[in-house]
Amino acid sequence: MLEVKGLYKTFNAGSVNEKKALNGVDLTLNNGDFVTVIGGNGAGKSTLLNMIAGVYPVDSGSISIDGTDVTKLSEHKRAKYLGRVFQDPMMGTAADMWLEENLAVANRRGKFRGFGWSISSGERKQFKEMLAKLDLGLENRLTTKVGLLSGGQRQAVTLLMAVMNNPKLLLLDEHTAALDPKTAANVLALSDRFIEEGNLTALMVTHNMRDAIAHGNRLIMMNEGRIILDVRGEDKKKLTVEELLEEFAKLSGSEFANDRALLAN
Amino acid sequence: MAFLNSMPSAVTQGIIWGIMAIGVYLTFKILDVADLTVDGSFATGGAVLVVMVTSGQNLYLAMFCAFLAGCLAGLATGIFHTKFGIPAILAGILTQLSLYSINLRIQSDMANIPLSYMKYKYPITLRNITPSMIICAVIAVCLIAILYWFFGTELGHSLRVTGSNQSMARANGINTDTNKIIGIVLSNGIVALSGGILSQYQGFCDVNMGRGAIVIGLAAVIIGDVIFGKIFQNFALKLLATVFGGVIYYIVITVVLNLGMKANDLKLFSALVVAVFLAIPYWRAKIRQRFHKPQNANVSQEKKEAAENA
Ligand SMILES: Nc1ncnc2c1ncn2[C@@H]1O[C@H](COP(=O)(O)OP(=O)(O)OP(=O)(O)O)[C@@H](O)[C@H]1O
Ligand SMILES: [Mg+2]
Repeated sequence: MLEVKGLYKTFNAGSVNEKKALNGVDLTLNNGDFVTVIGGNGAGKSTLLNMIAGVYPVDSGSISIDGTDVTKLSEHKRAKYLGRVFQDPMMGTAADMWLEENLAVANRRGKFRGFGWSISSGERKQFKEMLAKLDLGLENRLTTKVGLLSGGQRQAVTLLMAVMNNPKLLLLDEHTAALDPKTAANVLALSDRFIEEGNLTALMVTHNMRDAIAHGNRLIMMNEGRIILDVRGEDKKKLTVEELLEEFAKLSGSEFANDRALLAN
Repeated sequence: MAFLNSMPSAVTQGIIWGIMAIGVYLTFKILDVADLTVDGSFATGGAVLVVMVTSGQNLYLAMFCAFLAGCLAGLATGIFHTKFGIPAILAGILTQLSLYSINLRIQSDMANIPLSYMKYKYPITLRNITPSMIICAVIAVCLIAILYWFFGTELGHSLRVTGSNQSMARANGINTDTNKIIGIVLSNGIVALSGGILSQYQGFCDVNMGRGAIVIGLAAVIIGDVIFGKIFQNFALKLLATVFGGVIYYIVITVVLNLGMKANDLKLFSALVVAVFLAIPYWRAKIRQRFHKPQNANVSQEKKEAAENA
């Protein structure tokens, strides 16, 4: 489903701020893989997801999604293959537009936008049903400005938008990190459900090692722009946080340092 | 009494500048960019209209061409901004500056060209204020109707998304560069159209007629928003509020002129009015902040605490 080969990315090359964010990443995801991604601060997790989404051009390497080479496609052209949820709940939705308008935008991802109506009445019905599934009482607030919703509600809506029309690949970048623990757990459970129902292929970055172990069928650990650990199937199910920390120290030669992870564990 | 007599003209001019302000609304409010091209494209509209009419072309064709000329000016700014990577404000300034030369070329190096009413008998004119006012109002309403339709389409919708949240727009397959260009093109087309209308109304075009247009446009947008923002929620009504804003602005100007302000001080006065109105939402937010903690603070706060613990 996803094939990343020899991906390199250096920010501010040649300046004092030069930062090698990705240092040769190879990653193949099979259809239906749900991969959790962990790693210390600055390990390159977000950069990897951003490169897959086309936010920045690659220095070298290639990315293909479902057999299509997307390495040179611009961000908006790649969007039809992807669903994305960001860490910042503000980033995934348009705050000063209505809930139904936001959903309609996502419903047209990858489609030509011409002079047809921006929302049809059939869609409104469909949106209501989808929102009801979130169990947040949003189905009766189609014409509420999204900016008036709470962070958790916005993140749930972004998730709903991301999984609309079954994207080839779902990219979740610490999408629960800015939420309080209870809301975070709800959004995470929702992510699980959508991924299972849609049989989606997903990459989920998390700072919480327990979550990384409990969710998905595969776990990768990143350090200094490389994937240093890749565990799947039964091995992954048996993992413990202690083992992961030990493994990290062994492979990277340093202590695991992620400010949000320290807080969470 | 002189003051009351000058009201109809103030209202008509207000509507004309209100049409111009609708163009400003598209960039400033919808796309969230401040486009300074308008100071130039407003005069371009006037120049194209007067030169075409005086060379014997049909008035309505001339108005359409004024619109198109404005679109071209917007296209230049849009390309400077999105393809050359120039910040929107600077891109607008560059086009505005080049338009000064271009407008002089259109006007064959004359600073202004009269448009004889006796000879061409055009409908919008100082000499017949009431019918002119009605025609301008009809044009404004038609324009609002067209824009209301456009922003209800998928394309118009994606323009709004582009202005509201670019990351979200791109993540959902919207080409934000193209949309910004479309918005700036449309905006300047409308601005030039109103420049064409004003040149009829006053009976001449002038290379300097657009100087400070952006400030008047912003004044109309902001006054409309501050006064009618709460009650006018619908998009068409918001555009209407902008036209009302233009009318109110011109009424205020007429009043202060009648109270004895020097005409040369008008631009200073306008700039101050806009500065104060722009500041109002900012001050309001500041006052609110004193009483409530900002919502997003807890995220960075968490990070800070975690760093301290580590
Ligand atoms: N747009 C950018 N410009 C410059 N440097 C960047 C940019 N994006 C990321 N970096 C740098 O690249 C490195 C990898 O960053 P990245 O955001 O991918 O880390 P991460 O693994 O997501 O870390 P975190 O857990 O803190 O989110 C960091 O050193 C970061 O400062
Ligand atoms: Mg990150």
